[in-house]
Amino acid sequence: MATQFTRMLAGRNTAVVLASLGAGTLATGYLLTDSTAAAERRMLYPPSADFPDLRKHNNCMAASLTPAIYAHLRDKSTPNNWTLNQSIQTGVDNPGHPFIKTVGMVAGDEETYEVFSEIFDPVIKDRHNGYDPRTMKHPTDLDSSKITSGVFDERYVLSSRVRTGRSIRGLSLPPACSRAERREVERVAVMALSGLKGDLAGRYYSLGDMNEREQQQLIDEHFLFDKPVSPLLMSAGMARDWPDARGIWHNNQKNFLIWINEEDHTRIISMEKGGNMKRVFERFCRGLKQVEQLIHERGWEFMWNERLGYILTCPSNLGTGLRAGVHVRLPNLSKDPRFSKILENLRLQKRGTGGVDKAATGDTFDISNNDRLGKSEVELVQLVVDGVNYLIDCEKRLERGQDIKIPTPLAQFRR
Amino acid sequence: MPFGNTHNNFKLNFKVEDEIPDLSKHNNHMAKVLTKEIYGKLRDKQTPSGYTLDDVIQTGVDNPGHPFIMTVGCVAGDEESYDIFKDLLDPIISDRHGGYKPTDKHPTDMNFENLKGGDDLDPNYVLSSRVRTGRSIKGYTLPPHNSRGERRAIEKLSVEALTSLDGEFKGRYYPLKSMTDAEQDQLINDHFLFDKPVSPLLTCAGMARDWPDGRGIWHNDAKSFLVWVNEEDHLRVIAMEQGGNMREVFRRFCVGLKRIEEIFKGHNHGFMWNEHLGYVLTCPSNLGTGLRGGVHVKLPNLSKHAKFDEILGRLRLQKRGTGGVDTASVGGVFDISNADRLGSSEVAQVQLVVDGVKLMVEMEKKLEKGEAIDSMIPAQK
Repeated sequence: MATQFTRMLAGRNTAVVLASLGAGTLATGYLLTDSTAAAERRMLYPPSADFPDLRKHNNCMAASLTPAIYAHLRDKSTPNNWTLNQSIQTGVDNPGHPFIKTVGMVAGDEETYEVFSEIFDPVIKDRHNGYDPRTMKHPTDLDSSKITSGVFDERYVLSSRVRTGRSIRGLSLPPACSRAERREVERVAVMALSGLKGDLAGRYYSLGDMNEREQQQLIDEHFLFDKPVSPLLMSAGMARDWPDARGIWHNNQKNFLIWINEEDHTRIISMEKGGNMKRVFERFCRGLKQVEQLIHERGWEFMWNERLGYILTCPSNLGTGLRAGVHVRLPNLSKDPRFSKILENLRLQKRGTGGVDKAATGDTFDISNNDRLGKSEVELVQLVVDGVNYLIDCEKRLERGQDIKIPTPLAQFRR
Repeated sequence: MPFGNTHNNFKLNFKVEDEIPDLSKHNNHMAKVLTKEIYGKLRDKQTPSGYTLDDVIQTGVDNPGHPFIMTVGCVAGDEESYDIFKDLLDPIISDRHGGYKPTDKHPTDMNFENLKGGDDLDPNYVLSSRVRTGRSIKGYTLPPHNSRGERRAIEKLSVEALTSLDGEFKGRYYPLKSMTDAEQDQLINDHFLFDKPVSPLLTCAGMARDWPDGRGIWHNDAKSFLVWVNEEDHLRVIAMEQGGNMREVFRRFCVGLKRIEEIFKGHNHGFMWNEHLGYVLTCPSNLGTGLRGGVHVKLPNLSKHAKFDEILGRLRLQKRGTGGVDTASVGGVFDISNADRLGSSEVAQVQLVVDGVKLMVEMEKKLEKGEAIDSMIPAQK
């Protein structure tokens, strides 16, 4: 049965059907032939012998994982044979920082979130400010026409950007994927992208085949992504086989960009200089819809469900996977002691202009939404639009010597 | 993964052409040996503990290497790896160990009395002497593959064995995860402390998982005999001291190892060893004796001589900087050690170091006096 199961390049229907069935039937056959040596080792090393020492750890996984949960889940695996130990390895290897709480676990495939829900649900709740995957539903809304006041004052906002990720149903995620699966992701994505037309038409640059000139060009445009060096990603196995099947696609106008096989199957980015967030989001939604249509034509689809929205490698990116942000100059406001509180109440976060984990240079900040799950794309972008407009208003007031107010905190989730 | 690897069977749904790694830009022993045929033949195999071909080669795929430095590019996950994947590992072993054939037998000789001389290296030139090797404990999988439970069991057994030593070997264990700052500083000053691996050669092979769980350092009170637990191998055993008395260092090395081995055997967990490969270790480069015997020696003149590297090659020695592998020399001081591991015994390899260093010190003295050394250049050993 196994030998008859070959994945065709074009037709993905078989695999999609299997994925929705859980493919458990196929995998069970393999598990039955699992050696008695493995069973012996399980007896020799009960879960208590294997439980990681997390006493010095500060991440969401360490806060939620108990010996009882570990004992329940250690010997389970997803239909693609991904295990709990593999999910948590990055959190065991990276104890974290007293001030920065990382997630500490990753998914190897779509089924990870189901098979290991006993640990993933509390971690998701912890990371996403109380969103309970057992009882709540995540709203998806990519209708960009709903955005109002989405054009910022360009004396303050230097650039606008929206990014998200998408995973291709039926293929394992970057921590788990084999080389063949990763190459399949690349093929599916590149084939779909080659069908884009008009202002979205563009081309693909494979990381392995890039020449020096192309590489320098992409670096200068701030498009090129590098082999991950963060131990959070390395310990999760996401840099394996680099640069095999990794690449960058962008349109000719250089404002719509896709990363392939970095931390997720695909990362989609729409950006441009200036403050027209509405146009950036419009292009983002249009591009995403067209790519989705193009993969549907070949029998593929994105990983998505009602509980968790879009499924991505890191639980922190579930839901919308969306980070909408601007580079904005706030020389006065950033020196005001109320700055952090204002951001907090607006449900915004600040980063340096080099992205996550970089310090700010001067008084230009990267300001974006905190939340990913429990609010739709439109809601989050509107939240950023309203929030940034508020910040610019504060900045102008401080320039004029007027006082500013801390806004009332925004509500978490829709009831 | 420790309890069976059925993920490997899942990959078999894809064709060999789709799964085989792209090694076109690689320069390591694995990349030179791996063909489509070998990959196709071995990809569905697993050792009893579930270690697979992809596990063996991952480090070599992720680290293409350097045009001038040839790394091995693969590791073993357990003792059986060397058997199940012999179609790949035998040619790699042959390339790395000077043509060693699958039918060859490796001689083990840990009888320090068979060493000739070695107690008279000139301490004005030879600053320190050191012998190290590794040992793997039968019944456990190796660092790239072992689970936390196994690693802790290895630590427990090792600590039990080591703390039962007495006399010149009486000492103490310092687990990495509960070391105090004072202890840590002391161990750094003594040049004993090992750090979490940063080399991608090791991290890509999974050897840094769960750090520092189950890792530690044991040393005797005299600070002349030292054991690393659960770093790149189950055990790394080191004897060292200042000065040029390699004979004494080797004696302590052999005696200490013998005592430790007896204790492990008593627990039915002897060392991994076989007639063909000698002592079985994680990296194929350390098979055989796993022994690196070396000195820190001042050779400012000889090292600038045009024939320095040729002399080393003929003496079957290699040079490293004083920081160890992949470091540069400081002040004309080099780390000189044996190049071979497999196919010759411990005694023979240390003999090469002793004889070779003695000769090189004589050469250095001649060059100091402005005399030529051409008549002293040895034949190929």
